[in-house]
Amino acid sequence: MWELIRANKRNSIVLMSLMAAVLLLLGFIIGLVFFGPDGGFIGLIIATGIWIILTLISFSGGDQILLASSKARPVTHDVHPQLFNVVEEMAISAALPMPKVYIIADPAPNAFATGRKPQTASVAVTAGLLGRLNRDELQGVIAHEMSHILHRDILFVTLAGIMLGSIVLLSQVFLRGMFYSSMTGSRRRYSAGGRGGGQAQLIMLIIAIAAAILAPIMAYLLYFALSRRREYLADAGAARLTRYPEGLAGALEKIANDKSPQLATANKVTAPMYIVNPFKKKGKRMKLSDLSSTHPPISERIKILRNMTHGASFKDYSDSYSKITHTKTVVPSAALTKEDIALRKAPAEAKKKQRLEKQLHQVGDIMRRVNGFIFLTCLCGLKLKVPPNFKGNKVKCPRCKRILDLPPSKPKT
Amino acid sequence: MLALIIIAAVVVLLIIFVIGIYNALIRLRNQVDNSWSQIDVQLKRRHDLIPNLVETAKGYMKHERGTFEAITKARSQAMGAKTVTEASKAEGALGEALSKFMLIVENYPDLKANQNFLSVQEELTSTENKISFARQSYNDQVLFFNNKTQMFPSNIIAGMFSFTKRDFFELESATEREVPKVSF
Repeated sequence: MWELIRANKRNSIVLMSLMAAVLLLLGFIIGLVFFGPDGGFIGLIIATGIWIILTLISFSGGDQILLASSKARPVTHDVHPQLFNVVEEMAISAALPMPKVYIIADPAPNAFATGRKPQTASVAVTAGLLGRLNRDELQGVIAHEMSHILHRDILFVTLAGIMLGSIVLLSQVFLRGMFYSSMTGSRRRYSAGGRGGGQAQLIMLIIAIAAAILAPIMAYLLYFALSRRREYLADAGAARLTRYPEGLAGALEKIANDKSPQLATANKVTAPMYIVNPFKKKGKRMKLSDLSSTHPPISERIKILRNMTHGASFKDYSDSYSKITHTKTVVPSAALTKEDIALRKAPAEAKKKQRLEKQLHQVGDIMRRVNGFIFLTCLCGLKLKVPPNFKGNKVKCPRCKRILDLPPSKPKT
Repeated sequence: MLALIIIAAVVVLLIIFVIGIYNALIRLRNQVDNSWSQIDVQLKRRHDLIPNLVETAKGYMKHERGTFEAITKARSQAMGAKTVTEASKAEGALGEALSKFMLIVENYPDLKANQNFLSVQEELTSTENKISFARQSYNDQVLFFNNKTQMFPSNIIAGMFSFTKRDFFELESATEREVPKVSF
């Protein structure tokens, strides 16, 4: 496992350096155009400056911004004991400290993990996920998120995201600057030199525009490659932690076949963090070789997990991966040591199916609980759900007309 | 002069190298100890949950006195165990008694609808899972630690500071090897 983390770090550093090179090159070319032959270094400094500022912002509470923007609420053991227990189980399994647990009150099934260090990590799941999955499937999803934390993926996704943001910002500023300056006709700056120089300037300008258009595309592709690879690795890690790949496979299948509207609070920046891409395409399925996607196709992930019939080690995952995709492995070779990890047997209850209405009912209940509703059971058996803005401390049962006491309201966390 | 500097540099590098490996060994050993204490914590938690479980289920399952007695007996044996072998044997018996009980519960739909019982059952299921995951993670950590103490060059430093190899947590019986039952 340490080998994997180390190999992960190495690969990420290579990818990040590539992105850094793209960023610096872009800065240099833009500098040359704007500030003449000696201006390349000014461009470099500006590019680095943008990068540092964005890094500082996201390192001072980026995960909190992220959690807040996805409307995730911190929950305690009482709100959903099973979720809490499963997270604890996986934390023990991965030998990590217990992360903070959040629930997003949204019916679309999804989950993500955040936090740059395992010590400050958080796991967030949607109410839709909790309502639809059984215990083993939930365990698979949480194990996937725990693997992200264990492999230090969040740090690298954040860093790469910042790099990408800097590149996009720089090229946008440049292209717009070009556009406006050509509108106002102040082109003298670019043809300041002699005649020959003017021609050289023009060539430089074309190169710069091309670079400004191409650099973000390059950076996006690198970013997506990084993100897809890490999804596979987190799946492999989940199988290893739970010794039960079918749990995650079943969960992914349920999520893929889900009909509820897409997650309301996800955006382009946070998309790579989720277990499955939160954006649903209208009508058509994602293509297998989609370069511009943050996540590998779900069907492929399920097939790989289901094909792991011999064991739950990284080697087994990698074998299955090569068989399904007919390509080389995604797992760094350092992690492919021979490990003898047996699979668990499927618990008998896993096959039991729940009716859809009941699942939706549960989703609603979880969302109410997260939003601070109080649940009471009357003596006549009727369940009362009291909204958090209910005034007074007594409530009348609508069926048997008994007066019930409300428990003293807890201070909101 | 130059030779002296080179020698000094080599010595400094060697010291840094030794410190690095020593710290890695300490970290791994602490992880092993930590995983071991996790197993302990979860076993204790299982003991604490059992009276609760028996109390909730008793009213519904009048005819299963034998099962309850087996669980209670296994629990008191496990709690009174003195040595590690004794403890692991007793814990194994307790685990078996509990999984038998969980199978019987299937015949009592009333009990399965009881909210109290469901929450105790969830806690117990989770504790069983935690025990097996803690054991799994302990064995993982022991593997890392043992690898480090036996492989070159860290084995030299391990030998110098007497880091000894740890034992795996092996299972007592074949039935223990099975997955803890997960119920809904």
